Amino acid sequence: MTLSVCITHDFGAAQLDLGFEAPGGVTALYGPSGAGKTSVVNAVAGLLKPDAGRIALGGDVLVDTEAGVFVPVHKRRMGYVFQDGRLFPHLTVARNLAYGRSGASPDKVVDLLDLGGLLTRYPARLSGGEKQRVAIGRALLSDPRMLLMDEPLASLDPGRKAEILPYLDRLVAETKLPVIYVSHAAEEVLRLATTLVLIEGGRVLEAGPVAEMAGHPAIAGAVPEAPVGTVIEGVIGAKQADGLTEVTAAGGRLYLSDAPGTPGERVALGIGAEEITLAAELPAALGALNVLDVTVDAMRLSGQTVTIGLRAGPDRLTARLARRAALQLELRPGQRLKAIVRPVLRG
Amino acid sequence: MDLDQLGPAEWEAVRLSLRVSLVATLVSLPLGVFVAYALARWRFPGHALLNGLVHLPLVLPPVVTGYLLLVLLGRRGALGAWLEETFGLVIAFRWTGAAIAAGVMAFPLLVRAVRLAIEAVDPGLEDAAATLGASRVRVFLTVTLPLIWPGLLAGAVLAFAKAMGEFGATITFVAAIPGETLTIPSAIYTALQVPGREDAVLALVGISIAVAMAAVLLSEALARRAARRIAGT
Repeated sequence: MTLSVCITHDFGAAQLDLGFEAPGGVTALYGPSGAGKTSVVNAVAGLLKPDAGRIALGGDVLVDTEAGVFVPVHKRRMGYVFQDGRLFPHLTVARNLAYGRSGASPDKVVDLLDLGGLLTRYPARLSGGEKQRVAIGRALLSDPRMLLMDEPLASLDPGRKAEILPYLDRLVAETKLPVIYVSHAAEEVLRLATTLVLIEGGRVLEAGPVAEMAGHPAIAGAVPEAPVGTVIEGVIGAKQADGLTEVTAAGGRLYLSDAPGTPGERVALGIGAEEITLAAELPAALGALNVLDVTVDAMRLSGQTVTIGLRAGPDRLTARLARRAALQLELRPGQRLKAIVRPVLRG
Repeated sequence: MDLDQLGPAEWEAVRLSLRVSLVATLVSLPLGVFVAYALARWRFPGHALLNGLVHLPLVLPPVVTGYLLLVLLGRRGALGAWLEETFGLVIAFRWTGAAIAAGVMAFPLLVRAVRLAIEAVDPGLEDAAATLGASRVRVFLTVTLPLIWPGLLAGAVLAFAKAMGEFGATITFVAAIPGETLTIPSAIYTALQVPGREDAVLALVGISIAVAMAAVLLSEALARRAARRIAGT
Protein backbone atom coordinates (compact mmCIF):
# COMPACT_ATOMS: atom_id res chain seq x y z
CA MET A 1 0.00 0.00 0.00
CA THR A 2 1.62 3.21 -1.19
CA LEU A 3 1.18 6.49 0.62
CA SER A 4 1.40 9.45 -1.72
CA VAL A 5 1.74 12.94 -0.34
CA CYS A 6 1.72 16.20 -2.25
CA ILE A 7 0.98 19.25 -0.13
CA THR A 8 1.68 22.93 0.33
CA HIS A 9 1.14 24.86 3.52
CA ASP A 10 2.06 28.36 4.64
CA PHE A 11 3.00 28.67 8.32
CA GLY A 12 3.90 32.33 7.96
CA ALA A 13 7.50 31.94 9.12
CA ALA A 14 8.02 28.75 7.10
CA GLN A 15 6.56 27.15 4.00
CA LEU A 16 5.90 23.55 3.22
CA ASP A 17 5.85 22.53 -0.41
CA LEU A 18 6.64 18.92 -1.05
CA GLY A 19 5.61 15.60 -2.47
CA PHE A 20 6.85 12.03 -2.12
CA GLU A 21 5.70 8.43 -2.23
CA ALA A 22 6.16 5.90 0.54
CA PRO A 23 5.95 2.47 -1.08
CA GLY A 24 5.49 0.36 2.07
CA GLY A 25 8.31 -0.82 4.31
CA VAL A 26 9.93 1.85 6.43
CA THR A 27 10.11 5.29 4.86
CA ALA A 28 12.35 7.66 6.75
CA LEU A 29 11.77 11.40 6.58
CA TYR A 30 15.24 12.65 7.29
CA GLY A 31 16.40 16.22 7.70
CA PRO A 32 17.47 18.88 10.18
CA SER A 33 15.19 20.15 12.96
CA GLY A 34 12.62 22.60 11.65
CA ALA A 35 12.71 21.14 8.13
CA GLY A 36 8.99 20.41 8.25
CA LYS A 37 9.12 16.65 8.89
CA THR A 38 6.66 16.68 11.79
CA SER A 39 4.24 18.89 9.83
CA VAL A 40 4.22 16.31 7.03
CA VAL A 41 3.39 13.53 9.48
CA ASN A 42 0.72 15.70 11.12
CA ALA A 43 -0.84 16.28 7.71
CA VAL A 44 -0.88 12.53 7.06
CA ALA A 45 -2.46 11.91 10.50
CA GLY A 46 -5.03 14.67 9.99
CA LEU A 47 -3.75 16.93 12.78
CA LEU A 48 -2.75 19.56 10.20
CA LYS A 49 -5.04 20.66 7.39
CA PRO A 50 -2.76 21.68 4.52
CA ASP A 51 -3.60 24.79 2.49
CA ALA A 52 -3.59 22.75 -0.69
CA GLY A 53 -2.72 19.29 -1.89
CA ARG A 54 -3.61 15.63 -1.87
CA ILE A 55 -2.78 12.73 0.43
CA ALA A 56 -3.84 9.20 -0.42
CA LEU A 57 -3.14 5.78 1.06
CA GLY A 58 -3.52 3.23 -1.71
CA GLY A 59 -6.87 4.08 -3.32
CA ASP A 60 -8.19 5.82 -0.22
CA VAL A 61 -8.06 9.62 -0.51
CA LEU A 62 -7.45 11.22 2.89
CA VAL A 63 -7.01 14.82 1.77
CA ASP A 64 -7.90 16.45 -1.52
CA THR A 65 -8.32 20.18 -1.16
CA GLU A 66 -9.60 20.57 -4.71
CA ALA A 67 -12.35 18.01 -4.20
CA GLY A 68 -13.00 19.26 -0.67
CA VAL A 69 -12.03 15.96 0.95
CA PHE A 70 -10.63 15.96 4.47
CA VAL A 71 -11.02 12.74 6.46
CA PRO A 72 -11.02 13.64 10.19
CA VAL A 73 -8.21 12.36 12.41
CA HIS A 74 -10.21 9.72 14.22
CA LYS A 75 -11.36 8.06 10.99
CA ARG A 76 -7.90 7.73 9.39
CA ARG A 77 -6.55 4.75 11.37
CA MET A 78 -3.01 6.07 11.46
CA GLY A 79 -1.04 4.76 14.44
CA TYR A 80 0.88 7.80 15.61
CA VAL A 81 3.85 7.45 17.98
CA PHE A 82 4.71 10.92 19.24
CA GLN A 83 8.15 12.09 20.24
CA ASP A 84 6.94 12.73 23.79
CA GLY A 85 4.88 9.55 24.11
CA ARG A 86 1.67 11.30 25.12
CA LEU A 87 0.41 8.51 27.33
CA PHE A 88 -2.79 9.34 29.20
CA PRO A 89 -1.57 10.14 32.73
CA HIS A 90 -4.82 9.13 34.43
CA LEU A 91 -4.92 5.64 32.90
CA THR A 92 -2.81 2.58 33.68
CA VAL A 93 -0.59 1.10 30.98
CA ALA A 94 -3.22 -1.59 30.32
CA ARG A 95 -5.95 0.99 29.79
CA ASN A 96 -3.67 3.17 27.67
CA LEU A 97 -3.07 0.12 25.47
CA ALA A 98 -6.80 -0.61 25.26
CA TYR A 99 -7.77 2.97 24.36
CA GLY A 100 -7.75 2.34 20.61
CA ARG A 101 -10.58 -0.21 20.98
CA SER A 102 -9.51 -2.43 18.10
CA GLY A 103 -10.93 -5.37 19.99
CA ALA A 104 -7.77 -7.30 19.22
CA SER A 105 -6.10 -9.17 22.06
CA PRO A 106 -3.15 -7.16 23.35
CA ASP A 107 -1.14 -10.33 24.12
CA LYS A 108 0.89 -10.35 20.92
CA VAL A 109 1.84 -6.69 21.18
CA VAL A 110 2.53 -7.03 24.91
CA ASP A 111 4.93 -9.88 24.08
CA LEU A 112 6.51 -8.09 21.15
CA LEU A 113 7.32 -5.03 23.25
CA ASP A 114 7.85 -6.79 26.61
CA LEU A 115 5.11 -4.82 28.33
CA GLY A 116 3.88 -7.65 30.57
CA GLY A 117 5.45 -6.25 33.75
CA LEU A 118 4.18 -2.72 33.21
CA LEU A 119 0.44 -3.23 32.73
CA THR A 120 -0.77 -2.07 36.15
CA ARG A 121 1.53 0.96 36.36
CA TYR A 122 0.66 4.59 35.68
CA PRO A 123 2.75 6.49 33.08
CA ALA A 124 4.38 8.67 35.77
CA ARG A 125 6.01 5.49 37.11
CA LEU A 126 7.61 4.51 33.79
CA SER A 127 11.09 5.30 32.49
CA GLY A 128 11.44 7.20 29.23
CA GLY A 129 12.18 4.03 27.27
CA GLU A 130 9.24 2.18 28.82
CA LYS A 131 6.92 5.08 27.99
CA GLN A 132 7.93 4.94 24.34
CA ARG A 133 7.41 1.16 24.22
CA VAL A 134 3.90 1.62 25.65
CA ALA A 135 3.22 4.43 23.16
CA ILE A 136 4.27 2.14 20.30
CA GLY A 137 2.09 -0.65 21.67
CA ARG A 138 -0.89 1.66 22.04
CA ALA A 139 -0.57 2.80 18.43
CA LEU A 140 -0.24 -0.82 17.21
CA LEU A 141 -3.34 -1.88 19.13
CA SER A 142 -5.54 0.76 17.50
CA ASP A 143 -5.60 -1.45 14.37
CA PRO A 144 -3.75 1.09 12.22
CA ARG A 145 -3.25 0.92 8.47
CA MET A 146 0.10 2.59 8.88
CA LEU A 147 2.47 3.64 11.65
CA LEU A 148 3.68 7.23 11.93
CA MET A 149 6.69 7.57 14.20
CA ASP A 150 7.85 11.10 14.92
CA GLU A 151 11.35 10.90 16.38
CA PRO A 152 10.29 8.22 18.84
CA LEU A 153 13.82 8.00 20.23
CA ALA A 154 14.78 11.68 20.27
CA SER A 155 13.84 12.24 23.91
CA LEU A 156 15.87 9.25 25.11
CA ASP A 157 19.52 9.06 26.15
CA PRO A 158 21.84 6.79 24.12
CA GLY A 159 21.44 3.87 26.55
CA ARG A 160 17.64 3.95 26.29
CA LYS A 161 17.86 4.31 22.51
CA ALA A 162 19.90 1.13 22.31
CA GLU A 163 17.21 -0.49 24.48
CA ILE A 164 14.37 0.46 22.08
CA LEU A 165 16.03 -0.12 18.72
CA PRO A 166 15.85 -3.93 18.84
CA TYR A 167 12.09 -3.63 19.52
CA LEU A 168 11.70 -1.40 16.48
CA ASP A 169 13.61 -3.92 14.35
CA ARG A 170 11.30 -6.69 15.54
CA LEU A 171 8.22 -4.59 15.01
CA VAL A 172 9.18 -3.75 11.45
CA ALA A 173 9.98 -7.38 10.72
CA GLU A 174 6.88 -8.88 12.36
CA THR A 175 3.99 -6.51 11.78
CA LYS A 176 4.58 -5.75 8.07
CA LEU A 177 2.90 -2.39 8.62
CA PRO A 178 4.09 0.45 6.44
CA VAL A 179 5.95 2.92 8.62
CA ILE A 180 6.79 6.60 8.25
CA TYR A 181 9.78 7.22 10.47
CA VAL A 182 10.79 10.82 11.17
CA SER A 183 14.32 11.36 12.39
CA HIS A 184 17.29 13.63 12.27
CA ALA A 185 19.59 10.83 13.47
CA ALA A 186 21.33 9.28 10.46
CA GLU A 187 22.17 6.07 12.32
CA GLU A 188 18.55 5.26 13.14
CA VAL A 189 17.51 6.01 9.59
CA LEU A 190 20.19 3.81 8.04
CA ARG A 191 19.41 1.01 10.42
CA LEU A 192 15.62 0.95 10.05
CA ALA A 193 14.62 2.52 6.75
CA THR A 194 14.05 0.98 3.36
CA THR A 195 13.14 4.25 1.65
CA LEU A 196 14.67 7.59 2.40
CA VAL A 197 13.16 11.05 1.84
CA LEU A 198 15.56 13.92 2.49
CA ILE A 199 13.68 17.04 3.62
CA GLU A 200 15.11 20.49 4.11
CA GLY A 201 13.42 23.88 4.37
CA GLY A 202 9.98 22.38 3.71
CA ARG A 203 11.05 20.74 0.44
CA VAL A 204 12.14 17.28 -0.64
CA LEU A 205 15.82 17.35 -1.59
CA GLU A 206 15.94 13.79 -2.79
CA ALA A 207 14.12 10.53 -2.28
CA GLY A 208 14.80 6.89 -3.07
CA PRO A 209 15.64 3.42 -1.72
CA VAL A 210 17.98 3.69 1.24
CA ALA A 211 20.67 1.51 -0.37
CA GLU A 212 21.06 4.05 -3.16
CA MET A 213 20.79 7.05 -0.88
CA ALA A 214 23.16 6.01 1.92
CA GLY A 215 26.12 7.71 0.26
CA HIS A 216 24.29 11.02 -0.12
CA PRO A 217 26.39 13.74 1.51
CA ALA A 218 23.40 14.98 3.51
CA ILE A 219 23.26 11.69 5.37
CA ALA A 220 26.81 10.33 5.16
CA GLY A 221 28.23 13.56 6.55
CA ALA A 222 25.79 13.49 9.42
CA VAL A 223 26.81 10.14 10.89
CA PRO A 224 28.92 10.82 13.95
CA GLU A 225 32.43 9.35 13.77
CA ALA A 226 32.31 7.53 17.10
CA PRO A 227 31.13 5.49 18.79
CA VAL A 228 29.10 3.53 16.31
CA GLY A 229 27.90 0.14 17.30
CA THR A 230 25.04 -2.26 17.40
CA VAL A 231 23.05 -3.95 20.09
CA ILE A 232 21.64 -7.37 19.33
CA GLU A 233 19.54 -9.57 21.50
CA GLY A 234 20.18 -13.16 22.47
CA VAL A 235 19.19 -15.90 24.88
CA ILE A 236 21.67 -17.40 27.32
CA GLY A 237 22.27 -21.11 26.73
CA ALA A 238 23.97 -23.80 28.76
CA LYS A 239 27.19 -23.00 30.63
CA GLN A 240 30.11 -24.53 28.75
CA ALA A 241 32.62 -26.85 30.41
CA ASP A 242 35.41 -24.30 30.01
CA GLY A 243 33.43 -21.52 31.71
CA LEU A 244 32.24 -19.75 28.58
CA THR A 245 28.62 -18.73 28.25
CA GLU A 246 26.78 -19.53 25.06
CA VAL A 247 24.34 -16.89 23.79
CA THR A 248 22.02 -17.67 20.90
CA ALA A 249 21.23 -14.61 18.83
CA ALA A 250 19.02 -14.53 15.76
CA GLY A 251 22.09 -14.43 13.51
CA GLY A 252 24.10 -17.20 15.14
CA ARG A 253 25.76 -18.50 18.31
CA LEU A 254 28.16 -16.37 20.33
CA TYR A 255 30.40 -17.22 23.27
CA LEU A 256 31.23 -14.87 26.12
CA SER A 257 33.54 -15.27 29.06
CA ASP A 258 32.61 -13.95 32.52
CA ALA A 259 28.96 -13.49 31.60
CA PRO A 260 26.54 -13.57 34.54
CA GLY A 261 22.95 -14.68 33.93
CA THR A 262 20.99 -17.87 33.96
CA PRO A 263 20.10 -20.10 30.99
CA GLY A 264 16.99 -18.88 29.19
CA GLU A 265 17.50 -15.23 30.13
CA ARG A 266 17.34 -12.61 27.39
CA VAL A 267 20.40 -10.43 27.17
CA ALA A 268 21.55 -7.54 25.01
CA LEU A 269 24.97 -7.78 23.39
CA GLY A 270 26.82 -4.74 22.20
CA ILE A 271 29.15 -5.00 19.21
CA GLY A 272 31.19 -1.89 18.49
CA ALA A 273 31.75 -1.01 14.84
CA GLU A 274 35.52 -1.25 15.39
CA GLU A 275 35.11 -4.68 17.02
CA ILE A 276 34.12 -6.38 13.77
CA THR A 277 36.68 -7.87 11.40
CA LEU A 278 35.47 -8.95 7.98
CA ALA A 279 36.87 -11.74 5.88
CA ALA A 280 35.87 -13.36 2.61
CA GLU A 281 37.06 -16.75 3.90
CA LEU A 282 38.20 -17.86 7.30
CA PRO A 283 41.83 -18.93 7.70
CA ALA A 284 42.28 -22.62 8.51
CA ALA A 285 43.30 -21.88 12.07
CA LEU A 286 41.51 -18.98 13.69
CA GLY A 287 42.10 -17.64 17.15
CA ALA A 288 38.64 -16.21 17.59
CA LEU A 289 35.46 -17.51 19.23
CA ASN A 290 32.74 -15.60 17.51
CA VAL A 291 32.12 -15.73 13.80
CA LEU A 292 28.84 -14.73 12.16
CA ASP A 293 27.74 -15.23 8.56
CA VAL A 294 26.80 -11.80 7.30
CA THR A 295 25.58 -10.13 4.11
CA VAL A 296 26.68 -6.65 3.06
CA ASP A 297 23.70 -4.33 3.04
CA ALA A 298 25.04 -0.85 2.38
CA MET A 299 28.33 1.00 2.44
CA ARG A 300 29.33 4.56 2.91
CA LEU A 301 32.70 6.22 2.56
CA SER A 302 33.59 9.21 4.71
CA GLY A 303 37.21 10.30 4.60
CA GLN A 304 39.44 7.24 4.89
CA THR A 305 36.82 5.21 6.75
CA VAL A 306 34.14 2.97 5.31
CA THR A 307 31.03 2.31 7.37
CA ILE A 308 29.36 -0.95 6.36
CA GLY A 309 25.84 -2.04 7.15
CA LEU A 310 25.64 -5.83 7.58
CA ARG A 311 22.83 -8.29 8.10
CA ALA A 312 23.25 -11.37 10.24
CA GLY A 313 19.91 -13.11 9.85
CA PRO A 314 17.34 -10.55 11.00
CA ASP A 315 19.94 -8.61 13.02
CA ARG A 316 21.73 -5.65 11.56
CA LEU A 317 25.33 -4.83 12.40
CA THR A 318 27.44 -1.82 11.61
CA ALA A 319 31.15 -2.32 10.93
CA ARG A 320 33.82 0.23 10.26
CA LEU A 321 36.96 -0.44 8.27
CA ALA A 322 39.84 1.58 6.95
CA ARG A 323 39.34 2.38 3.30
CA ARG A 324 42.33 0.29 2.22
CA ALA A 325 41.04 -2.75 4.14
CA ALA A 326 37.63 -2.34 2.51
CA LEU A 327 39.22 -2.16 -0.95
CA GLN A 328 41.02 -5.47 -0.35
CA LEU A 329 37.63 -7.10 0.30
CA GLU A 330 36.10 -5.66 -2.92
CA LEU A 331 32.93 -4.89 -0.99
CA ARG A 332 29.60 -4.80 -2.78
CA PRO A 333 25.98 -4.98 -1.55
CA GLY A 334 24.72 -8.54 -1.26
CA GLN A 335 28.19 -9.95 -0.75
CA ARG A 336 28.46 -12.78 1.78
CA LEU A 337 31.24 -12.48 4.34
CA LYS A 338 32.43 -13.88 7.64
CA ALA A 339 32.36 -11.37 10.49
CA ILE A 340 34.70 -12.01 13.40
CA VAL A 341 33.12 -10.10 16.27
CA ARG A 342 33.90 -9.33 19.90
CA PRO A 343 30.55 -8.87 21.65
CA VAL A 344 30.21 -7.49 25.17
CA LEU A 345 27.31 -7.97 27.52
CA ARG A 346 25.29 -4.79 28.07
CA GLY A 347 23.98 -4.06 31.53
CA MET B 1 -23.77 32.11 67.75
CA ASP B 2 -26.92 30.38 68.83
CA LEU B 3 -28.92 28.43 66.30
CA ASP B 4 -31.92 28.47 68.67
CA GLN B 5 -32.31 32.11 67.77
CA LEU B 6 -33.49 31.09 64.30
CA GLY B 7 -37.24 31.14 63.85
CA PRO B 8 -39.11 29.11 61.20
CA ALA B 9 -38.81 32.04 58.76
CA GLU B 10 -35.01 32.04 59.06
CA TRP B 11 -34.78 28.25 58.67
CA GLU B 12 -36.93 28.58 55.59
CA ALA B 13 -34.40 31.10 54.22
CA VAL B 14 -31.53 28.64 54.87
CA ARG B 15 -33.36 25.80 53.09
CA LEU B 16 -34.29 28.08 50.20
CA SER B 17 -30.73 29.36 49.85
CA LEU B 18 -29.37 25.81 49.69
CA ARG B 19 -31.95 24.81 47.07
CA VAL B 20 -31.48 27.95 44.96
CA SER B 21 -27.67 27.65 45.06
CA LEU B 22 -27.67 23.93 44.29
CA VAL B 23 -30.00 24.32 41.31
CA ALA B 24 -28.07 27.39 40.08
CA THR B 25 -24.77 25.45 40.24
CA LEU B 26 -26.03 22.23 38.66
CA VAL B 27 -27.84 23.98 35.82
CA SER B 28 -24.97 26.34 34.97
CA LEU B 29 -22.34 23.56 35.15
CA PRO B 30 -22.82 22.01 31.67
CA LEU B 31 -23.10 25.43 30.02
CA GLY B 32 -20.11 26.68 32.01
CA VAL B 33 -17.98 23.71 30.94
CA PHE B 34 -18.98 24.23 27.31
CA VAL B 35 -18.16 27.96 27.39
CA ALA B 36 -14.89 27.29 29.24
CA TYR B 37 -13.93 24.66 26.62
CA ALA B 38 -14.76 27.02 23.78
CA LEU B 39 -12.73 29.84 25.34
CA ALA B 40 -9.78 27.57 26.14
CA ARG B 41 -9.58 25.50 22.96
CA TRP B 42 -11.26 27.26 20.04
CA ARG B 43 -10.37 30.41 18.17
CA PHE B 44 -13.46 31.99 16.59
CA PRO B 45 -14.78 35.44 15.75
CA GLY B 46 -16.37 36.90 18.87
CA HIS B 47 -13.98 35.06 21.22
CA ALA B 48 -13.10 38.28 23.09
CA LEU B 49 -16.76 39.34 23.14
CA LEU B 50 -17.88 36.03 24.68
CA ASN B 51 -15.10 36.25 27.24
CA GLY B 52 -16.19 39.79 28.15
CA LEU B 53 -19.83 38.81 28.36
CA VAL B 54 -19.06 35.91 30.71
CA HIS B 55 -17.05 38.19 32.99
CA LEU B 56 -19.53 41.07 32.97
CA PRO B 57 -21.45 39.99 36.12
CA LEU B 58 -18.12 39.96 37.98
CA VAL B 59 -17.43 43.65 37.29
CA LEU B 60 -20.92 45.15 36.93
CA PRO B 61 -22.72 46.37 40.06
CA PRO B 62 -25.02 43.44 41.02
CA VAL B 63 -27.97 45.82 40.98
CA VAL B 64 -27.31 46.46 37.29
CA THR B 65 -27.17 42.72 36.55
CA GLY B 66 -30.44 42.26 38.44
CA TYR B 67 -32.06 45.12 36.54
CA LEU B 68 -30.91 43.69 33.19
CA LEU B 69 -32.38 40.31 34.16
CA LEU B 70 -35.64 42.03 35.05
CA VAL B 71 -35.72 43.84 31.71
CA LEU B 72 -34.99 40.62 29.84
CA LEU B 73 -36.86 37.98 31.87
CA GLY B 74 -39.53 40.01 33.72
CA ARG B 75 -43.18 39.35 32.84
CA ARG B 76 -43.03 42.25 30.38
CA GLY B 77 -39.43 41.60 29.41
CA ALA B 78 -38.55 40.54 25.87
CA LEU B 79 -37.79 36.91 26.75
CA GLY B 80 -40.00 36.77 29.85
CA ALA B 81 -43.22 37.70 27.98
CA TRP B 82 -42.46 35.09 25.32
CA LEU B 83 -41.78 32.39 27.93
CA GLU B 84 -45.10 33.16 29.66
CA GLU B 85 -47.07 33.18 26.41
CA THR B 86 -45.50 30.04 25.00
CA PHE B 87 -44.93 27.86 28.08
CA GLY B 88 -46.91 29.67 30.77
CA LEU B 89 -43.55 29.99 32.54
CA VAL B 90 -43.04 32.86 34.97
CA ILE B 91 -39.57 33.48 36.35
CA ALA B 92 -39.79 36.95 37.88
CA PHE B 93 -40.42 36.92 41.65
CA ARG B 94 -40.17 33.11 41.80
CA TRP B 95 -37.44 30.96 43.35
CA THR B 96 -36.44 29.89 39.81
CA GLY B 97 -35.69 33.55 39.14
CA ALA B 98 -33.53 33.63 42.27
CA ALA B 99 -31.66 30.58 40.94
CA ILE B 100 -31.13 32.30 37.59
CA ALA B 101 -29.79 35.44 39.27
CA ALA B 102 -27.47 33.37 41.45
CA GLY B 103 -26.36 31.28 38.46
CA VAL B 104 -25.55 34.34 36.35
CA MET B 105 -23.57 35.93 39.17
CA ALA B 106 -21.61 32.72 39.86
CA PHE B 107 -21.02 31.93 36.17
CA PRO B 108 -17.75 33.89 35.77
CA LEU B 109 -16.15 32.10 38.73
CA LEU B 110 -17.22 28.71 37.37
CA VAL B 111 -15.97 29.42 33.85
CA ARG B 112 -12.64 30.79 35.09
CA ALA B 113 -11.93 27.73 37.24
CA VAL B 114 -12.90 25.25 34.52
CA ARG B 115 -11.03 27.15 31.82
CA LEU B 116 -7.83 27.12 33.89
CA ALA B 117 -8.23 23.36 34.38
CA ILE B 118 -8.76 22.79 30.64
CA GLU B 119 -5.77 24.95 29.73
CA ALA B 120 -3.61 22.81 32.01
CA VAL B 121 -4.44 19.73 29.91
CA ASP B 122 -1.90 19.16 27.12
CA PRO B 123 -3.85 19.42 23.82
CA GLY B 124 -1.36 16.85 22.52
CA LEU B 125 -3.12 14.24 24.67
CA GLU B 126 -6.40 15.05 22.93
CA ASP B 127 -4.67 14.80 19.54
CA ALA B 128 -3.23 11.44 20.55
CA ALA B 129 -6.68 10.19 21.54
CA ALA B 130 -8.07 11.29 18.17
CA THR B 131 -5.34 9.39 16.27
CA LEU B 132 -6.43 6.30 18.24
CA GLY B 133 -9.88 6.60 16.69
CA ALA B 134 -11.76 8.56 19.36
CA SER B 135 -14.38 11.07 18.20
CA ARG B 136 -14.38 14.59 19.67
CA VAL B 137 -17.06 13.68 22.17
CA ARG B 138 -15.23 10.55 23.26
CA VAL B 139 -11.94 12.48 23.56
CA PHE B 140 -13.68 14.99 25.83
CA LEU B 141 -15.38 12.34 27.97
CA THR B 142 -12.40 9.98 28.34
CA VAL B 143 -9.39 12.32 28.34
CA THR B 144 -10.31 15.96 28.99
CA LEU B 145 -13.08 15.44 31.55
CA PRO B 146 -11.22 12.99 33.83
CA LEU B 147 -8.17 15.28 33.81
CA ILE B 148 -10.16 18.43 34.65
CA TRP B 149 -12.57 16.69 37.05
CA PRO B 150 -11.07 18.01 40.31
CA GLY B 151 -10.72 21.49 38.79
CA LEU B 152 -14.32 21.32 37.67
CA LEU B 153 -15.49 20.30 41.15
CA ALA B 154 -13.48 23.14 42.65
CA GLY B 155 -15.14 25.58 40.25
CA ALA B 156 -18.57 24.20 41.12
CA VAL B 157 -17.92 24.57 44.86
CA LEU B 158 -16.84 28.18 44.35
CA ALA B 159 -19.92 28.87 42.22
CA PHE B 160 -22.13 27.32 44.92
CA ALA B 161 -20.60 29.56 47.59
CA LYS B 162 -20.99 32.62 45.41
CA ALA B 163 -24.66 31.70 44.76
CA MET B 164 -25.24 31.32 48.54
CA GLY B 165 -24.02 34.89 49.05
CA GLU B 166 -25.79 36.54 46.13
CA PHE B 167 -27.84 39.53 47.23
CA GLY B 168 -27.89 42.58 44.94
CA ALA B 169 -28.98 40.97 41.68
CA THR B 170 -31.44 38.67 43.45
CA ILE B 171 -33.27 41.36 45.40
CA THR B 172 -33.46 43.58 42.30
CA PHE B 173 -34.73 40.81 40.02
CA VAL B 174 -37.01 38.77 42.29
CA ALA B 175 -37.33 40.92 45.48
CA ALA B 176 -37.37 39.18 48.89
CA ILE B 177 -40.59 37.18 49.20
CA PRO B 178 -40.54 34.84 52.22
CA GLY B 179 -40.57 31.19 51.16
CA GLU B 180 -40.08 32.10 47.49
CA THR B 181 -37.09 34.41 47.05
CA LEU B 182 -35.99 35.33 50.60
CA THR B 183 -32.49 33.79 50.70
CA ILE B 184 -29.99 34.03 53.59
CA PRO B 185 -28.51 37.42 52.59
CA SER B 186 -31.99 38.90 52.12
CA ALA B 187 -33.07 37.41 55.46
CA ILE B 188 -30.06 39.01 57.16
CA TYR B 189 -30.92 42.33 55.58
CA THR B 190 -34.59 42.04 56.55
CA ALA B 191 -33.79 40.99 60.12
CA LEU B 192 -31.46 43.95 60.47
CA GLN B 193 -34.40 46.27 59.80
CA VAL B 194 -36.29 44.91 62.84
CA PRO B 195 -35.11 45.90 66.34
CA GLY B 196 -34.34 42.94 68.62
CA ARG B 197 -33.47 40.45 65.86
CA GLU B 198 -29.69 40.85 66.29
CA ASP B 199 -29.35 37.26 67.57
CA ALA B 200 -31.02 35.86 64.46
CA VAL B 201 -28.75 38.05 62.31
CA LEU B 202 -25.73 36.68 64.14
CA ALA B 203 -26.85 33.08 63.62
CA LEU B 204 -27.44 33.62 59.90
CA VAL B 205 -24.08 35.38 59.57
CA GLY B 206 -22.46 32.38 61.28
CA ILE B 207 -24.07 29.99 58.79
CA SER B 208 -22.90 32.16 55.88
CA ILE B 209 -19.33 32.22 57.16
CA ALA B 210 -19.32 28.45 57.77
CA VAL B 211 -20.62 27.65 54.27
CA ALA B 212 -18.23 30.10 52.59
CA MET B 213 -15.21 28.85 54.57
CA ALA B 214 -16.02 25.19 53.92
CA ALA B 215 -16.42 25.94 50.21
CA VAL B 216 -13.07 27.72 49.94
CA LEU B 217 -11.23 24.96 51.84
CA LEU B 218 -12.86 22.23 49.77
CA SER B 219 -12.13 24.13 46.57
CA GLU B 220 -8.43 24.49 47.50
CA ALA B 221 -8.12 20.81 48.37
CA LEU B 222 -9.70 19.79 45.07
CA ALA B 223 -7.42 22.17 43.14
CA ARG B 224 -4.37 20.54 44.72
CA ARG B 225 -5.67 17.13 43.73
CA ALA B 226 -6.19 18.40 40.19
CA ALA B 227 -2.54 19.42 39.96
CA ARG B 228 -1.38 16.01 41.21
CA ARG B 229 -3.71 14.19 38.87
CA ILE B 230 -2.46 15.96 35.76
CA ALA B 231 1.11 15.27 36.87
CA GLY B 232 0.04 11.59 36.89
CA THR B 233 1.13 10.60 40.38
